[in-house]
Amino acid sequence: MLKRKDLLGLIDLTAEEITEILDVASEMKKHLKAGDKNLPYLKGKTATILFYENSTRTRTSFELAAKYLGATVINIAAATSSVAKGETLVDTGKTLDAQLNDFLIMRHPMGGAPYLLAKVAKAGVLNAGDGMNEHPTQALLDMLTMREHFGSLQGLKVAIVGDIKHSRVAKSNLFGLKTMGAQVYMYAPETLIPKDIDKLGAKLCKSKEEALEGADVVMGLRIQLERQQAGNFPTLNEYAAFYGVDAKSLRLAKPNAIIMHPGPVNRGVELTGKVIDHEKSRIEEQVFSGIAVRMAVLKLLNDYRDFTK
Amino acid sequence: MIIRNGKVVLKNSVEKKDILVEGGRIVKIADTIPANGDTELDASGLHIFPGLIDMHVHLRDPGYEYKEDIESGSKAAVKGGFTQICCMPNTDPIADNKVVVSYIKHKAQEVDLCKVHPIGAITKGEKGEQLAEIGEMKRAGAVAISDDGVTVKNTRLMRLAMEYASGFAMKCLCHCEEKELVDGGVVNEGLSSTIAGLKGIPRAAEDIVIAREIALAESLDVPVHICHVSTHSGVRLIRDAKKAGVKVTAETCPHYFAVTDEIVTSFDTNTKVNPPIREEIDKQAVLEGLKDGTLDCIVTDHAPHHINDKNVEYNLAAFGISGIETSFGFAITYLYKAGVLSLPEIAEKMSAAPARILNLEGGEIKEGGVADLTLANLDESFVVDPAAFVSKGKNSPFKGYELDGVVKYTIVDGSIKYQG
Repeated sequence: MLKRKDLLGLIDLTAEEITEILDVASEMKKHLKAGDKNLPYLKGKTATILFYENSTRTRTSFELAAKYLGATVINIAAATSSVAKGETLVDTGKTLDAQLNDFLIMRHPMGGAPYLLAKVAKAGVLNAGDGMNEHPTQALLDMLTMREHFGSLQGLKVAIVGDIKHSRVAKSNLFGLKTMGAQVYMYAPETLIPKDIDKLGAKLCKSKEEALEGADVVMGLRIQLERQQAGNFPTLNEYAAFYGVDAKSLRLAKPNAIIMHPGPVNRGVELTGKVIDHEKSRIEEQVFSGIAVRMAVLKLLNDYRDFTK
Repeated sequence: MIIRNGKVVLKNSVEKKDILVEGGRIVKIADTIPANGDTELDASGLHIFPGLIDMHVHLRDPGYEYKEDIESGSKAAVKGGFTQICCMPNTDPIADNKVVVSYIKHKAQEVDLCKVHPIGAITKGEKGEQLAEIGEMKRAGAVAISDDGVTVKNTRLMRLAMEYASGFAMKCLCHCEEKELVDGGVVNEGLSSTIAGLKGIPRAAEDIVIAREIALAESLDVPVHICHVSTHSGVRLIRDAKKAGVKVTAETCPHYFAVTDEIVTSFDTNTKVNPPIREEIDKQAVLEGLKDGTLDCIVTDHAPHHINDKNVEYNLAAFGISGIETSFGFAITYLYKAGVLSLPEIAEKMSAAPARILNLEGGEIKEGGVADLTLANLDESFVVDPAAFVSKGKNSPFKGYELDGVVKYTIVDGSIKYQG
């Protein structure tokens, strides 16, 4: 059983814990595929979704996941809440506790913020992305999608191409995939590689070819357009030419390879339209996996919560 | 007062001596001093250091008294064994004029614990636009100038500041930080910043300004002092400059010689300090720099903050560590007991050197000298408990650390200001 109050990151999750989450997520997928969106596991529980950053995909995914499990769900956008009136995260956490929330699902632009919230809140905290730190449910849904296609994560070569430095998705995937025995290859402009990430087990590549050659998974990352304005690379055109994945470069990957992207995609920048719509693309499947994984995490955290009560 | 049987830390040796103190001065140091009816202080088992001097603290007064004030800061200082402290000017209002400097002097005299020496700002409002009234501030009691917290961005103005201040025998204490490179960073850039997903500050942000200040000091042939050195490359720049005869002195802090930036991955905002705690290579270089004299002195950069400034997201938390009550313990544990420095060398780094750099009285135990003394039991240990700090700032990342070296008496001008 996942014995945790919170899910803050994959940095300290064991292979057994990840496997358990993915197993439960597979079950959830079966329910959903059978049209069963009315599961009882979180009946009578409350989850508040607290987003300090804009998001459509992750927010709705969490919301639907909690609702499919029978929870009451509240949405708070930071801009319209007391946060805008200057309330600190610690006080917000205490307030949400006093309202008897069972789960707080938070996205925050600053790394480590969920750790602070988890420390002060009695409610279970789910990290929906914190700054450049982690996005654990994204990596879990990526791993679920990979496992479904390949049967196992052990020994897979996963090539992640794009803005690694600012990507919590890349980092959570690195932590999770390494734990599960996969190899992670990374390729990015030198200005967008975080220092010493190779010491965490990433293989840094010198070319797109080196990264994609023999890859089982080709994962693009969203490039924020302001990175170009900040001088990390000269133009989007050059970025696409050197760090974008097109159908030609895809031929270097294994025949059975799949294409992934956490979305939303800048068409023609990190992936060409052809690649996005390619038969190997699993981008839509990732979205479906996302709901299943979030249902699984909520169920497991809730099981432990009930168990410890 | 006669202080008996203490192990006196002299310039080059540690000797068991009696010390006769009269009228705030050390009158006699001898193997035995006959009783004369004065009060006697039994220092058996204790080491006697020249009164410790911390030439880099923040007292937050005026303006931020909720973080610290001159009284609470002075109490913390004498508890930490310090007989003299120098406070940085980034208060509100900034100590960029004789009025604020006088206020600090007067309030410290009322508090009457340790000696408090104000440091004036280099530029008005620490804005880096216009020189502060350096001569007036010196006349009011300022011992040096610094825009601590920021670098004087305009190199021409910095040159003029160094030149002008040298006419008043005032040193610039330089906070070295190239803001463009810091770019919102909050921790050292390295493996730990990558693990935590916190924005990193490269060493170059500090080194570039260290190199600039050295270049200015060399070309103007004036002295300069580099604050809180944290990088291995910064240590090397200073070492090379000293070898070349540049009049540069430098300080470092316990958090740079005792720990590495792995502690930031806990997201404990008490680990957030500027410059940031760096990596093993830097820690080793700082130790080496202390050993070979590249780094002249140990300061705390005591930066007390209110819990509200720290109990927030890491990015939003204030920079700074409340360090004045643990500095001596760190020096004894991580430098003396670890075999890096001898006791006379500790006394040099924590008393003689700051006295020399700022031209303060004290720094040495000698007949005729001022009776500023710190008595400590080096075999007794204590566990750091920030909640029990005398300072208003409980912001220490060292909760639970066991340190050797407990201050038993802090004596200023011959009178006991703290007894532990």
